[in-house]
Amino acid sequence: MTSFWVYFAAKPLWWIIVTIATFIFTTWLNRRVGGTPLLHPVLVALSLIIVLLQLTGTDYDTYFEGAQFIHFLLGPATVALAVPLYDHLERIRKMLVPLLIACACGAVTAALSVIAVAWALGASESTLLSLAPKSVTSPIAIGIAEKIGGYPSLAAGFALITGAIGCLTAPMLFRWLKIEDDAHKGFALGLSSHGFGTAFAFEFSTLAGAFSGLAMGLTGLVTAFLVPVLIRLLGL
Amino acid sequence: MLAGLLLLLVCQLLGEWIVLALALPVPGPVMGMVLLLIALIVAKRVPEAVRMSAEGLLRHLALLFVPAGVGLMVHAELIAAEWLVILLALVVSTVVTIVVTALVLKYLTRNMDMSGGK
Repeated sequence: MTSFWVYFAAKPLWWIIVTIATFIFTTWLNRRVGGTPLLHPVLVALSLIIVLLQLTGTDYDTYFEGAQFIHFLLGPATVALAVPLYDHLERIRKMLVPLLIACACGAVTAALSVIAVAWALGASESTLLSLAPKSVTSPIAIGIAEKIGGYPSLAAGFALITGAIGCLTAPMLFRWLKIEDDAHKGFALGLSSHGFGTAFAFEFSTLAGAFSGLAMGLTGLVTAFLVPVLIRLLGL
Repeated sequence: MLAGLLLLLVCQLLGEWIVLALALPVPGPVMGMVLLLIALIVAKRVPEAVRMSAEGLLRHLALLFVPAGVGLMVHAELIAAEWLVILLALVVSTVVTIVVTALVLKYLTRNMDMSGGK
């Protein structure tokens, strides 16, 4: 029985099937319980898979040998964001200046506030530096963390947790602030929660998704230039 | 469908090359997105094959984050040591960021005519 398991687990295909099947199950589960963001399909799926890996004594590298084929699709999916952007080009052109200003304000707030809170609570310096780029999409976060001396892999993880927190809190915040325009919702989500938020925004509408993708791209650019300068100014 | 996927991959590849050649701090796919957007603006329409591939991928965007998310298990010990500080910092910062961004955008566009935009 044990050797049978090892034979199967060593095959990359197995972990692709596990990942997709788990995600289909958690999506179904989420719909069953009324779509609460607390049981977000991605969060539940990755928790279940981590538990399964722990139970079977599988390390992350082995899992990723299979899962990388899913991970790889993030590249073309990011390129694909150009399509909804093009569909809503008129709207974006009309709002370009407000969008750029909101992006600059948001990106500065994201980096400064996380450093301020973590520093006030006594986080270690490497944690601080890994937290700074948390509002940008994982591949950019990795690059920034490397540049300023944080842990790249940890920065990517923080970016994902941030994405989840954004999806959990955003619907409540939008209701509280009376944000009704899907374009505004999408932009705030994409800025604070990058690709994770963009995936979530597409559940509102393609308009929200398009603005979220735009915010993700812009924020990545702005943060990549801004965070190294901020870190130097703060003397970290 | 296949031609559409090919175009997405070609844009990504060109994006990676440009980022590498100019030593930009941006990931290749983001540059690829910019390239595809320029191509669509020049073409003035979205070819059916591209739309099908793009919308197929974007419909399942959330799934694509699962493999990277599972990677958090690698940092279990580090996170266990400082989890409260990390969680508080991330929650406060994310909430403040969403509030600031949404309010700035709402305030700056308050006089804009948004009819027919949806």
